[in-house]
Formats: sequence, C-alpha cells, structure tokens
Amino acid sequence: MTRLKLLSVSLAIAFVAAGCGGSGGTVPDEGTGGAAIPDDGGGADDSSSAGVVTTGLPGPGGSDISALTPQERTLVTENLVVYFEFDRSDVRSDFNAMLAAHGQLLATNPGVSVRLEGHADERGTREYNIGLGERRSQSVRQILLLQGAAAAQLATVSYGEERPAVFGSDEGSWSLNRRVELIYEQ
Amino acid sequence: MSLSMRCKWWSIGRAALVLAALLIGAAANAQLRIEIRSGVERPIPMAIVPFGWNGGGAAAPFDLAGLVTADLGNSGRFDPIPESDMLSRPTRPADINFNDWQILDVDVVLIGELTEDAADRYTIVFQLFDVLRGEQLLGFRLSTARADLRAAGHQIADIVYEELTGIPGVFSTSIAYVNETRNPDGSQRFRLIVADSDGENSRVIADSPDPLMSPAWSPDGRRIAYVSFEGENSAVYVQTLRTGTRDRVSSREGVNSAPAFSPDGRRLALTLSRDGNLDIYTIDLATQVSRRLTQSSSIDTEPTWSEDGESIYFTSDRAGGPQIYRIPSVPPVDRAERVTFEGSYNARPRVSPDGDSLAVVHRNQDNYRIATVDPDTGLVQVLTNGRLDESPSFAPNGAQIIYATREGSRGVLASVSSDGRIRRQIASVAGDVREPVWSPYPRP
Repeated sequence: MTRLKLLSVSLAIAFVAAGCGGSGGTVPDEGTGGAAIPDDGGGADDSSSAGVVTTGLPGPGGSDISALTPQERTLVTENLVVYFEFDRSDVRSDFNAMLAAHGQLLATNPGVSVRLEGHADERGTREYNIGLGERRSQSVRQILLLQGAAAAQLATVSYGEERPAVFGSDEGSWSLNRRVELIYEQ
Repeated sequence: MSLSMRCKWWSIGRAALVLAALLIGAAANAQLRIEIRSGVERPIPMAIVPFGWNGGGAAAPFDLAGLVTADLGNSGRFDPIPESDMLSRPTRPADINFNDWQILDVDVVLIGELTEDAADRYTIVFQLFDVLRGEQLLGFRLSTARADLRAAGHQIADIVYEELTGIPGVFSTSIAYVNETRNPDGSQRFRLIVADSDGENSRVIADSPDPLMSPAWSPDGRRIAYVSFEGENSAVYVQTLRTGTRDRVSSREGVNSAPAFSPDGRRLALTLSRDGNLDIYTIDLATQVSRRLTQSSSIDTEPTWSEDGESIYFTSDRAGGPQIYRIPSVPPVDRAERVTFEGSYNARPRVSPDGDSLAVVHRNQDNYRIATVDPDTGLVQVLTNGRLDESPSFAPNGAQIIYATREGSRGVLASVSSDGRIRRQIASVAGDVREPVWSPYPRP
C-alpha cells in the first residue's frame, strides 16, 4: 500500500511535469573556473514571469522499490523534514536512518527526483539565513549522494527565513523552522 | 485531476506577480505611521502657521503647513506648537507680531502663502523668522503643479530643517521596503513597496506569492535591485521605477541574492553559490561580465560598497561566527581584511554616506541590534534595544538609520539617529513590514 501510494505520487508529479513543463528554464551553471562565470540569466528583459523550474521528461516510472524494508518505506513517505540545531548545518544523527532510506529510494528509482528546500529560523540577518538554509540543504544533499542518489536527481534551494513552517518567535517555533524539506518532484 | 490542479495553481501564481509602474500604478493608501519614541532633549520650539490661500474654492487644495509640521515634528528635533495655541495666524511678514510668538516661547515661525496662478499652476511663497531677533532667516518662492504640492511641502521641510540644524533634510527622499501579508489559507503574499520617507504615497512595485527580498536602490534613485523567488528559485532583478520594466540580472543555479549597486551604478555586487557555497561576485550591468571576489568555503554574503567604490564590505563566517570583512572590489583579492572583532555576531554592513561608519546587525546576548562600527578601529556602538532588529540603512544625510524591528510578533520599521538619541517607530497598517532601504537624494 505504501508502495502504491509512493508510486502514484511520483507518477502524478511526472504527469504534471509533462503537462506544465516549462521551456526556457534556468540552465545549470557549468563551472568554468577562473573569475568569470557564464551568465545564463543576464540581460533578459523579463517583465512577466521567470525563473521557471527546470523540468525534464518523466523518467522510467514504477521502478522496483521492494529493496526497502517496510520501516524504510514509512521513513520515506512520512518523514520528509530534517531539523537542525541553532546556527548549525550538520545533520543530526537521529536523521541518518531516514536519509539513508531516502537515498536508497533515489538510487533504486533513477526517474525520481527530489527538491531540497533549506530553511532557517528568524534570528539573524535574512541574507545570512539564506546562506544557512543553502548550507543545510547541501548537507542533506551530500548524504543522499553518499547513499547512491545521482546529482541529477537532487535540486537545492534556500528560502532562508522567508518561508517559515510555523509563525512564532519562541524556541518551539524556531526549532520547527530550522529545517530541510524533501519534496519529491517526478 | 492532479494535473489540472497543479497547472492551475501555477498559472495563478504567475498571474499574481504583478508589476506596477511607479508613476502610473494605483497609489495605495498610506501604509505606515510614524511615532516618536525618544527625541533630542530640547527640541526647537517652533510655529508653522497655516499657509494663506489665494485661489478658487474656500480651502487650499493641499495643507502645506500640516505636512511641514508632520515632517519636522516627526524628525524628533522640533516641537511645533498646535495650531489651536496660536494667538495670530499671519501669512505675510508685515502681519507678524513677534510678541505673539515670544509669549508662546517659540524660537522660530514659518509662514507662507499658496497662490493659484492658472489652471494647475501654483506659487508657494514661504518665510522663516527668528522670533527673538525679529528677523527673517530665509524666504523662498516655489512654482509647482497640483500633483507636486506634497513634494513641494517636503522640500519646504528640507529647507527649514537644514537652516535650523545644519544637516540636509531627507523629507524629499523615499524608502523601499518589503511587506508580507498572509492570506486566510495561511499562504504568504509579498509586496515590494516604495513610499515617501514619511510612509505616505506608497506604491506597490512588485507583488508575488513567492518571497521578495533584499531591495537595493541604484545611486540615481531610478532603479531598484531585488531578489525574487518566483519560479521556485532565487533570481536577482533590476527594475526601473518609472516604467515598471525589469531585467533579470542573475538566475544561476543555486543562490542569487544580496544585490548592491556600485556607487557609479554600473556594477552590482551580489552573492552567488556554487555547490552550495556562497561567495561574493560583481556583475557589470552593461556587459554582463561577472567576476568572483571570494573563494572561501564559508558563507560570504551581504556585500556593500565603500563610498569610493574601491572596496566591498561583506559578512563571512570564515572565522566561526559571522563578522564583517573588507576586500578590494576588483580582483585580484589577495586577502580579506577582518573589520569587526567585538561580539560573536556582526552582519549585513551598510556604509554611511561619508564612509566613516558602518551600520551592522550586532548580537548582544541573545538580542540582535543595530550598531555602528568604525571601520578603522572596529569600535562598536549599539544604537537600538530591540530583540530582533535588522536591515539597517542610512539616510542619505547620514544622520538617521532606518531598520526593521518587532512590535510583539509584528514586523515594523523604526529609525534611529546615528548618535542613538532619536528613535522613531514606523508602524505598518497591514501585515509585516521589513527590509527598509533609504533612497538617495532625488535628482531633478
């Protein structure tokens, strides 16, 4: 049942990607080294809308995920948020098992990709918190890569403190806002 | 089903991003209200007499004296007496009886007249008098259209303010800020707003369901750079206020953030990431050539230019906690010079107009406060007493710093004089307001 649910989710998202698929998405920045970097977004007059999500064609859906134990499947479908300590971006050990399960799911389902959204609590400056959220999403990304996920399956974005999960100014709210959300896309 | 729902959501999301041209956009109501929290010990007692009106209709089309009273009173340096206390209401020099004002312990009196010369053509004459000496301190004549009467009032306030304090006034300047409201379903709505420095005349220049952040003025005051998360990734835009059109300056993979115009307006310093590591870059706006200035594995962000454009100050946690560093604005960058040493958290520097001081966010115990730092000695002076104060921005005269603070759980704006003596709260009418940035002086 869990398997069905997961597959149906990923298939639905794959359909969406095909239906709404944007052209003119952002081009990945191929590193050239040195001081200058390629400018993929420069100069475009863009008064309507932009920054479209890069969407590919749906991958081979319905890959076998029976390698996951029932416990791991639960981890993957119901545990989609990693929480962090204040001003830290290293992943707490209690999230290792959960991320291992996500990594294995990605490794065995190359058509599935996940978007890692990094967030910070409201303390500290907004731009520094963008950095903190980015660093957190990269920490999660590294673990998923080590578990066998491919780089192409992983996208990261940092919202800093701009998209809190909970609106509040106390440790309870802050601890829920220092997080990386795993959002399965296709 | 999920296909159509998600597509629909997307198209709504995109349609909701509306760009309003600054001049033709519908003016929103005044969204901010200023309240003095502490002023100078002895503000100058003055009288601003209602201006005379020579024209059609019973009342003047605009209350100039009211605007000047609000401007000067809200500056915290003046104590304008209420109109009801006035014993006489002269509008011309010959009508002034200085005894009337000496009795009220008023030091200076401002009088004026507004005259309708032709259709949509007005002349304003105003004069400032020293009550004790009984002599005129200044007198001016202004010619203007009806739509510019408010701007003319701010100009009058600027002239009087400079005459009496020796500091150029900033009443004719603007502020840009971010407003966030929440819809009934809990979703967020972000607006980038430009308003007069008194919070009036606010205009929405960008409106989005996705975060808008980090507005920055061009040195000529005609463009604003900002970060938008439309399309689910950050990108840096430069928008021309008059037309509402904009250029997407950077939308690379990863972080595109923290834009800051160079003093000549030709380059943008900004933060980009590669493999999750944030570094400082500059982009030439004409040629699109970008140059990388930092290469550390730390978070390097929040760049800002020195007043001569030779250096860039930025925040980095390369030594553990965030601190301010300085580098040349053009490669090669041999080393970053650390500027702040006092305290475990100093971030988001902004350089004062004379270059002698940096405004930063400084952590004091568990509170984040606005402080100034001497870039040569590293000496820190804490100016505010909030819990989560952030985003300091100097007024173009260097005498005030506007910043974001909290009132309860609400985001509000506040300003503090650079010496810490005058504090003003600027309350928002709807939602959270934050990231205020003070415009440069307007250019004709």
